[in-house]
Amino acid sequence: METLEKVLTPEEQFQARIDADIRIEPKDWMPDAYRKTLIRQISQHAHSELVGMLPEGNWITRAPSLKRKSILLAKVQDEAGHGLYLYSAAETLGTTRDQMLADLHSGKAKYSSIFNYPTLSWADMGCVGWLVDGAAILNQVPLCRTSYGPYARAMVRVCKEESFHQRQGFEVMQTLCEGAPVQKEMAQEALNRWWWPTLMMFGPKDADSPNTAQSMNWRIKRFTNDELRQKFVDMMVPQAEFLGLTVPDEKVKWNEERQAYDFGEVNWDEFWAVVKGNGLCNHERLQARVDAHEEGAWVREAANAHAAKRAAREAVAA
Amino acid sequence: MSATLPETPATSVPAAAPNQLFPFVLQLADTSLILAHRLSEWCGHGPVLEQDLAMANIALDMLGEARSYYQYAAELEGQGRTEDDLAYLRSAVEYRNPLLVEQPNGDFAHTILRQFLFDNFHYHLLRKLKDGPNAQLAAIAEKSVKEAAYHLKWSSEWVIRLGDGTDESRKRLDKAIATLWRFGSELTTPTATETALQEIGVLPDYAALLTEMQAHTEHVFAEATVPLPAPVFAQLGGKTGRHTEHLGYLLSELQYMQRTYPGLTW
Ligand SMILES: [Fe+2]
Ligand SMILES: [Fe+2]
Ligand SMILES: [Fe+2]
Repeated sequence: METLEKVLTPEEQFQARIDADIRIEPKDWMPDAYRKTLIRQISQHAHSELVGMLPEGNWITRAPSLKRKSILLAKVQDEAGHGLYLYSAAETLGTTRDQMLADLHSGKAKYSSIFNYPTLSWADMGCVGWLVDGAAILNQVPLCRTSYGPYARAMVRVCKEESFHQRQGFEVMQTLCEGAPVQKEMAQEALNRWWWPTLMMFGPKDADSPNTAQSMNWRIKRFTNDELRQKFVDMMVPQAEFLGLTVPDEKVKWNEERQAYDFGEVNWDEFWAVVKGNGLCNHERLQARVDAHEEGAWVREAANAHAAKRAAREAVAA
Repeated sequence: MSATLPETPATSVPAAAPNQLFPFVLQLADTSLILAHRLSEWCGHGPVLEQDLAMANIALDMLGEARSYYQYAAELEGQGRTEDDLAYLRSAVEYRNPLLVEQPNGDFAHTILRQFLFDNFHYHLLRKLKDGPNAQLAAIAEKSVKEAAYHLKWSSEWVIRLGDGTDESRKRLDKAIATLWRFGSELTTPTATETALQEIGVLPDYAALLTEMQAHTEHVFAEATVPLPAPVFAQLGGKTGRHTEHLGYLLSELQYMQRTYPGLTW
């Protein structure tokens, strides 16, 4: 073994550990590109949790029953918790929350584009839980086995809560679909708006995703974008049918040979427009985060100033 | 301070009590709901992620407490109304929350001071109710008092941080005091309903609560290096349905779905 280690470069040793499914921990040597890619991926994920609070937060004050209000608030609160775990996981790679937030606010760092769509009716709370959290689960469950230890452990905690999120979303949809005609229409209208954007959550087509191969090699990604998109369609089309809703894609059809659903092409122009900042809510989502941060500056300063005064007093006393 | 309540078993509450009990339980329910609603408006917009979480957490506790009270109120009324009927289908003049909790969030200092004034009353009230003669109220209070203790700790610590923080935080806290202090006394000023319940021992004497509340306030303000505010003219009325203009807007948002789509299940 010793001789083998001597002939392997650090990169090769690192890759050998990954191939053997041995977790990489913060103090282990890692290639710079691995570190940078992970910081980008984890912080984007954390930002998505944070910005993701806004479209659902938009309905907390208007939820139609006390029970729904309480479930929705608990769900959005979970997302804040996910943000916290993920920012902490990213910090183990040598960045800081302040730096990550500065990158979010300047537009340098991205977050999931899905949150740049507006939530216009109560049924959107159903669609977001059912479809958006559903897509997030498909993306995230494989990350519980990702190569970087702190990220994998954060994802285990996150995924436990995500399944509750999806269930409550589905239940909102089911209640609407079993309700009055006006409720069923509300559900269908929301599905019409959310279906395609959720398919976009898996990212560009594999052919247009040049980093996928490296990420798969590093096991910080375990399925390609197109594989996940297919899984999602295969999972959701029967659920929509169960609800009595129609997915807004005429090309959706079971393919006996592939044992999977065929489906139409995502509107990639829209996808890139939203990624580049031109979705309906890009401006206000980011502005809401910047405003909260700037308007909260005096609070954070006061807390720091008080902690310093207290520490100084305790030092004198001791 | 120990409870001043008589050791009466729940079954021997005088027969007149339910008439006073229903409006009082409704008052507790409205109070918790309206403050939970205000706190939930912060969700996603807090000054720092940890405090966003803390406010959502307190809002959730208070919403849970409100639901317990509404369910009990519906039972007391016995007219087949549900928790949602009571919360969503009553107008502002029928709401019984004190004026304090309907005041807008303002900046974080306003939210903190509003919370502190409320928590200081809420915690001390629940401590008495949990040992009181009404079994349902005692059960709700038993659960909520633990949460309320945490809420009071949280808001007290923030009053101290803001008071003894920076010049700016102190200025903002002073402004919040100038705006909100006048709404504090309503909490411990009994209405006719509350007086009737105090007379039969279902509710504690608020004078006893005030002593404990005052001691806590003095302690927190001293730590915060903020002089105790001078007494101001007390604004009353919320508990008898005479509200500030803010409540109507809050309810139009809260009740939007139920008013737009009457009679449906969600
Ligand atoms: Fe979650
Ligand atoms: Fe999440
Ligand atoms: Fe979620």
